Amino acid sequence: MSAVIEEHHDDHHDHKPTGIGRWLFSTNHKDIGTMYLCFSFLMLFIGGTMALVIRAELFQPGLQFVEPEFFNQMTTLHGLIMVFGVIMPAFVGLANWMVPMMIGAPDMALPRMNNWSFWLLPGAFGLLIASLVMSIMGMGSAPNFGWTFYAPLSTTYGPASTDFFIFSVHMMGISSIMGAINIIATIMNMRAPGMTYMKMPIFVWTWFITAYLLIAVMPVLAGAVTMMLTDRNFGTSFFDAAGGGDPVMFQHIFWFFGHPEVYIMILPAFGVISQIVPTFARKKIFGYSSMVYATSSIAFLSFIVWAHHMFTTGMPVAAELFFMYATMLIAVPTGVKVFNWVSTMWKGSMTFETPMLFAISFIIMFSIGGFTGLMLAVAPADFQYHDTYFVVAHFHYVLVNGALYSIFAAVYFWLPKWTGNMYDEKLGKLHFWISTISINLLFFPMHFVGLAGMPRRIPDYNMQFAEFNQWATVGAFIFGFSQLILLYNIIKTARGRSTEKATSQVWEGAEGLEWTLPSPAPFHSFTTPPTVK
Amino acid sequence: MRAAIRVAGFISLMLSSGQLLADYQLDMRPGVTSFSQGAYEIHTMVMWISVAIAVVVFGAMTYAIIYHRKSKGHKASSFDDNTTLEIVWTIIPFIILGFMAVPATKVLLEMEDTSNSDMSIKVTGYQWKWHYDYLGEDVSFFSNISTPDSLSLATSANVDRTAETYLLDVDNRMVIPVNKKVRMLFTANDVIHSWWIPDFGVKKDTIPGFINESWIKTDKPGVYRGQCTELCGTNHGFMPIVVEVKSEKDYMAWLAGKKAEAAEAAASAEKTWTMEEQMAHGEKVYATNCAACHQANGQGIPNVFPGLVGSPVAIGDIAKHIDVIINGVPGTAMQAFGGQLNDADIAALVTYERNAWGNDVGDMAQPADIKAAR
Repeated sequence: MSAVIEEHHDDHHDHKPTGIGRWLFSTNHKDIGTMYLCFSFLMLFIGGTMALVIRAELFQPGLQFVEPEFFNQMTTLHGLIMVFGVIMPAFVGLANWMVPMMIGAPDMALPRMNNWSFWLLPGAFGLLIASLVMSIMGMGSAPNFGWTFYAPLSTTYGPASTDFFIFSVHMMGISSIMGAINIIATIMNMRAPGMTYMKMPIFVWTWFITAYLLIAVMPVLAGAVTMMLTDRNFGTSFFDAAGGGDPVMFQHIFWFFGHPEVYIMILPAFGVISQIVPTFARKKIFGYSSMVYATSSIAFLSFIVWAHHMFTTGMPVAAELFFMYATMLIAVPTGVKVFNWVSTMWKGSMTFETPMLFAISFIIMFSIGGFTGLMLAVAPADFQYHDTYFVVAHFHYVLVNGALYSIFAAVYFWLPKWTGNMYDEKLGKLHFWISTISINLLFFPMHFVGLAGMPRRIPDYNMQFAEFNQWATVGAFIFGFSQLILLYNIIKTARGRSTEKATSQVWEGAEGLEWTLPSPAPFHSFTTPPTVK
Repeated sequence: MRAAIRVAGFISLMLSSGQLLADYQLDMRPGVTSFSQGAYEIHTMVMWISVAIAVVVFGAMTYAIIYHRKSKGHKASSFDDNTTLEIVWTIIPFIILGFMAVPATKVLLEMEDTSNSDMSIKVTGYQWKWHYDYLGEDVSFFSNISTPDSLSLATSANVDRTAETYLLDVDNRMVIPVNKKVRMLFTANDVIHSWWIPDFGVKKDTIPGFINESWIKTDKPGVYRGQCTELCGTNHGFMPIVVEVKSEKDYMAWLAGKKAEAAEAAASAEKTWTMEEQMAHGEKVYATNCAACHQANGQGIPNVFPGLVGSPVAIGDIAKHIDVIINGVPGTAMQAFGGQLNDADIAALVTYERNAWGNDVGDMAQPADIKAAR
């Protein structure tokens, strides 16, 4: 991106509303962004606790802590909370905070809809977590069919709480769709004069494309859960063979949503990395237009690969071949992006503050996840990997070592802009190193037990898998507790008692409209649009 | 930087300390069929190509991190584009993918060709066991995990966790002959399960209402174990698969033995059983088929699986009790066991449930009663 930007300082008459009303009725993109981020951090600890229950049970062979029925509820809710309650809302929070500032807009295009998009989420997750509370109280199981909720396990054989789950998913979906509409309307209509599409920051591009993916596939998810609802309660048989339906059709519909969904969870991450690496390398992003085209190719390809999740369902060979080839193709644009990040680093003048540590770590560990993804794409090999811990290792590498790390990077990168205070760099680095070592201890051994034959979603296993499971559990507990360091650092920075003040630009290599605003960014910014040359 | 070196170091430690970790499997098994070996070869190829690319890319990153840093005084260059390079590193990966796709296609086409088989076995997935039906042979049986105590927190410690076949042993193995192409047909009774033996390279989902196909042919006799690989409810982790590959002679002997067993079971349905015989046999049937949900102590799990201690069904009208077991309870997880258990088994089960855990109703059912109720 090359743009000569005029220095632009806003007025400092920040008329902020006060009290609980400020948050309940907010139409301000910064406050709503803050709420999304705080909500997702809370969900991270809740979903993380469930992961620790799982890993505690899997520490040794034998059942020590939970019944298999409860274990299935833990794996299900852990997945649902992390996907829909942590990764997605965190990226929406980052979008809310940064997209208007990056394009020189005063707020999102539809501020009231923005409020509702956020407040649907505590409702949706309150409902979902209520089903777990009821389960613990002995009133019947919470959802226990995996985050992928295949029929007929979730329809004919689903517990009563399944209908809570369906309602909850509907609310999350509406929140995402409205958020996506807002993003597209904002980016298309509210860019500052002179900011053409090919001058937008890459983070804005990746969110623009992600928003289209959301609008395309969240309604498909809504369709799937609605068909579940009618199969369960209104006598239909969409997924029941006895009534003329097809359980595999459920999988087709789910994964038509599900595959673009994982790109929804990674494209904003790519955008974050594309903002951070140039800043700390003091060098422009290499191949700006290729990055835009590569992201668009990934988004397009994401629609035609869904059945690679279904290689063992008994598809015709021709279909298996098509989905194998199409999936392997995604490696090409993804590789281009990785090469471009490395080329941005190459011959730069790098410093390694916490955001850069997380960003570099992302590039390495996301690539490892990408390689295992390529292995999984190869259908005959996939027959040995499918539904084993090899898959669990793959998706945790791309989602935790990948997407979550990019969120951590973004938080450290932008926290000074949000709060006006520099975070504690020593604590940031401590958080980084403890997290990185423990996260590899946690997820890398899963590749081995998966290859050795350990299936997914089992609470107990044969002795041959014990050693690596123990390492993973140790890694899990260290990783989980080290997130408290981040929590402490964020609170310390927000309070600003013993912190260094942040300048407008914050980072020496930072470029973009958002870095022309004071830190903390005023409650209302760019009420008069800047001009971009 | 040091992150890259740490990760690389970790990986090479894992890979190179093969002697230290000799007991711990790091890699997939090549297996004993042509396509388990084909899958293994492609897996190995893709993995090493990935490692090579990773070494190059992470190597470049490491170099840049060490030498292109501000603290070493390196000044940032200003290049931000190179179209030729972009084209080259788009085309080369594309070609590499082509190299991978060709062998992958060959193996996949071989795996999916079930023609010209020597025999067929129909596998049906149940919650939570497998059923094998040797088509044309009139031999069929259920295959349950051999340690039902494993299924519950309360009783898990009763089972020896250090056993080599812990959670991987069954009461009735599937047996096939060597060097014969065995066609497998897969379906399910309730939810989607998945049948997998890593050494055969065969994994197929078993889907209720549909039939999937695969095939096995191996020249290596032995015992091969696998597990269910599709979440299918509470005891998904407790429905192992054991296949024994025997010489043709031993297979024929086994088949004859199975037919004899079936005849014997039919005969036992004719006789009259005593209370002691029923309670002993019923306890076994209960442990294998019912304890998974209703628990060994008959208390069930509140609001998930009803308890049988003092329950209206277990202490009420015996005809109704028999009906619930034979026909299940539609709309609930209580399956129809009529097709899964024979008359003698159900009679013993009914007797056991009515008289165990303090129920002490005092009556009992005979196999003839069950036959009449069907």
